[in-house]
Amino acid sequence: MVTEYSTIGDIAGPLILLHSVDHATFEELVEVELPDGELRRGKVLEVDHTNVLVQLFEGTRGVDIAKTKVRFLGRGLELSVSLDILGRIFNGLGIPIDDGPKIIPEKRLDINGTPINPYARIYPQKFIQTGISAIDGLNTLVRGQKLPIFSGFGLPHSELAAQIARQATVPSAEAAFAIVFAAMGITFEEANYFIQDFQETGAMERVVLFINLANDPTIERIATPRAALTAAEYLAFERGMHVLVILTDMTNYCEALREVSVARKEIPGRRGYPGYLYTDLATIYERAGLLKGEKKGEVREGSITQIPVLSMPDDDKTHPIPDLTGYITEGQIILDRVLHHKGIYPPINVLPSLSRLRDKGIGEGRTREDHAQVANQLFSSYARSKEVEELAVVLGEAALTETDRAFMAFGERFERTFVQQALNDNRSIEQTLNVGWNLLTMIPRTEIKRIRDEFVEKYLPREDAEPGSGDSTGA
Amino acid sequence: MKIDGLEVKTDEGVQELSLFHRWPVRTPRPVVKKLVPHNPLVTGQRVVDTFFPISQGGTATVPGPFGSGKTVIQHQLAKWSDAHIIVYIGCGERGNEMTDVLQEFPELIDPTSGRPLMERTVLIANTSNMPVAAREASVYTGITIAEYFRDMGLNVAVMADSTSRWAEAMREMSGRLEEMPGEEGYPAYLPSRIADFYERAGRTKCLGRDGRIGTLSVIGAVSPPGGDLSDPVVQATLKVVKVFWSLEDQLAFERHFPAIGWLSSYSLYHDNLKDYFRNEVAERWEGIRAESMELLQKEAELKELVRLVGVDSLSPQDRLILETTKSIREDFLHQSAFDRDDAYTRLSKQFRMLHVILELHRACLKAVERRVPLRQLLDLPVRERISRMRHVPEDGLGQFDAMIEEINSQVADRSREDRAEEE
Repeated sequence: MVTEYSTIGDIAGPLILLHSVDHATFEELVEVELPDGELRRGKVLEVDHTNVLVQLFEGTRGVDIAKTKVRFLGRGLELSVSLDILGRIFNGLGIPIDDGPKIIPEKRLDINGTPINPYARIYPQKFIQTGISAIDGLNTLVRGQKLPIFSGFGLPHSELAAQIARQATVPSAEAAFAIVFAAMGITFEEANYFIQDFQETGAMERVVLFINLANDPTIERIATPRAALTAAEYLAFERGMHVLVILTDMTNYCEALREVSVARKEIPGRRGYPGYLYTDLATIYERAGLLKGEKKGEVREGSITQIPVLSMPDDDKTHPIPDLTGYITEGQIILDRVLHHKGIYPPINVLPSLSRLRDKGIGEGRTREDHAQVANQLFSSYARSKEVEELAVVLGEAALTETDRAFMAFGERFERTFVQQALNDNRSIEQTLNVGWNLLTMIPRTEIKRIRDEFVEKYLPREDAEPGSGDSTGA
Repeated sequence: MKIDGLEVKTDEGVQELSLFHRWPVRTPRPVVKKLVPHNPLVTGQRVVDTFFPISQGGTATVPGPFGSGKTVIQHQLAKWSDAHIIVYIGCGERGNEMTDVLQEFPELIDPTSGRPLMERTVLIANTSNMPVAAREASVYTGITIAEYFRDMGLNVAVMADSTSRWAEAMREMSGRLEEMPGEEGYPAYLPSRIADFYERAGRTKCLGRDGRIGTLSVIGAVSPPGGDLSDPVVQATLKVVKVFWSLEDQLAFERHFPAIGWLSSYSLYHDNLKDYFRNEVAERWEGIRAESMELLQKEAELKELVRLVGVDSLSPQDRLILETTKSIREDFLHQSAFDRDDAYTRLSKQFRMLHVILELHRACLKAVERRVPLRQLLDLPVRERISRMRHVPEDGLGQFDAMIEEINSQVADRSREDRAEEE
């Protein structure tokens, strides 16, 4: 028999304090019945003797001390899963909101998941082709990686994330592919952009959506990524699918976390965010990867690749959210306002962007033997061109040496032909590398220091070819 | 019930003998006395061994923003440094990085023993999504295991990646205990805990009759928010460690790895290690190191000047310095962890590489003083050979002597051509 309590003592923000409760457990799910019969959910945050602190997901508006009834359900927040979740839309707690039939659960899974033992993991090293040169060529995405997009307000991160979701292919993929999309605190229009894009490209039947819009309960936002990742884990590790998880926007998630932390009167860390922000983010981001199979030496089918999107407040990379994210994720793709103003899409600034798993995911047998060295050469040449550009601002172009001028022209064309591409331009990795080699003809041969001679001989286009032209330059 | 071991009567009373030890991890294991370290921990990383060496029994720290290559450096040191035992503490870092070590190390061969690297490695895994209380303890577990091996008279190196996560775990627990916070919410005892940890390193005479000498080196990564070195964890660490490898994100953007900044890093072990390098590697080791550091320092000043007045206004000598330091940076300091020839460089090759660059500098400088035009000297064919010298095999060091001959003959040729032109 479930005991109902009506012993609410205090209400503060999203929190209610109950007295004289028997046997409440940490993180237990709570059902709250308002005087008018409305049901809300919450979870236990603190247990102190018989006093229990409960956080309501949908907020405490309308809750009163006298007549509200509270029931403890004896379990944590769970998500009902079966293959039928594909193509469906859920709210942040995992309850269907698309007027479709009820999900008949194959299983109920705790949304908090469990940490993966590093020994049970397989190191991700299979290349995912996104068709975007700045990512494939220089900051390669690998199956099982978590690679966030650091963006700012007004930058086209949604377009980029949707393009990746649309174009991502795994060469020689054997298993089915699915997308789990979690919207946290974004506007209806942004969410609609994704839904429409999925519908137009016919991807919808492979997509599971978890939607918590900007005007939905803030606290529900804390459960949203966890529910989404639970669905992803089910699809990946129990159904053997390759799952791409897009979480947007993590900044809103962190703000929800801060709201609860402040309501609990915790000692704040940097900028009012709780001191455990790192640990909390890690419990989300670390839920990506590949697992070993039951037998020794076997790889379990399925993988989770995460692309969290976060907007950097004031484009500041040292803000706690991007900063802590960068320490957990395996690299970052940084969008740049200057490039965006120049009209370059995607405005990926390749210099501070990074994919930590790149070097193990590329090369012979995965992409092409020369990939790593070409990428390094392009990086250092582009960095050099930026230096020269600065110099030119101070001294004027006339003062530059011939080599410097070559680098400057290189940098310009690099942005226009390598980084820039159309929304529907899907380049193969060979095309990407060829564009790169064509660009390298613009700088003196002696400056190509990062590439082995044999590759230069084999791949560098002959001098008589027109410099900078490629089969798919997109300009 | 006590069935752990065998009891033996000795002169000092009844002692227990067992096949294992139990030790409280927060207490350092006892030693007879600490000694001054005098051998380098050879890492095969050129910027480390030549410019900022760490001794066996020394302490070092690598702070840097994310993406500057802390973990790659830690992995490189774990792979290539000449310690007998490596204890790698993955403290609050990425799960996949631990998996990487677990998969890669059994396949890699230890250059000193010829056995798989995994056989000399102990991993302590506490990934970022694992419990915080275990994270706080993981660092102590690691160093206690290291002390156990040190007590056998071995050279042990501990890599702690990252001590910031350890400090944050302390902060989180301290917050939950409702202790009064110190700087940035960290507990007030943070600096003393950090000092206690690094002080467990050292070259020591171990307990026992045979006077074994063991060393325990500690290399701790620090991940300050936004790469800001005024972070309390960085500051508390710098107070106690002797080597500071400063990672700079500007270098990382240029894909200059290891991204150790040469002007801000330091090592306080040069004096201790001087004799070793002189006797074991080359008489002139200290000399060429000092000479290159001076050039790099000069380069920073010249670059300021170039920013203001342009490269054309520099004297030929100064422009030559810029050429040489560029070569030091690109051909010597830059080292690829993923290139099979380049990942590890022996001390003897390190010395010769730097020696060749400086030989070229001196030869050109002399030529410039004889008024040979600079442009004649900047396109010497040997420069291309120097830019590829990282690929010279370890057993082909003769090639460096050949390069020096080439330098001398080519510079002489250019000087002669120039004179012929004038006539």
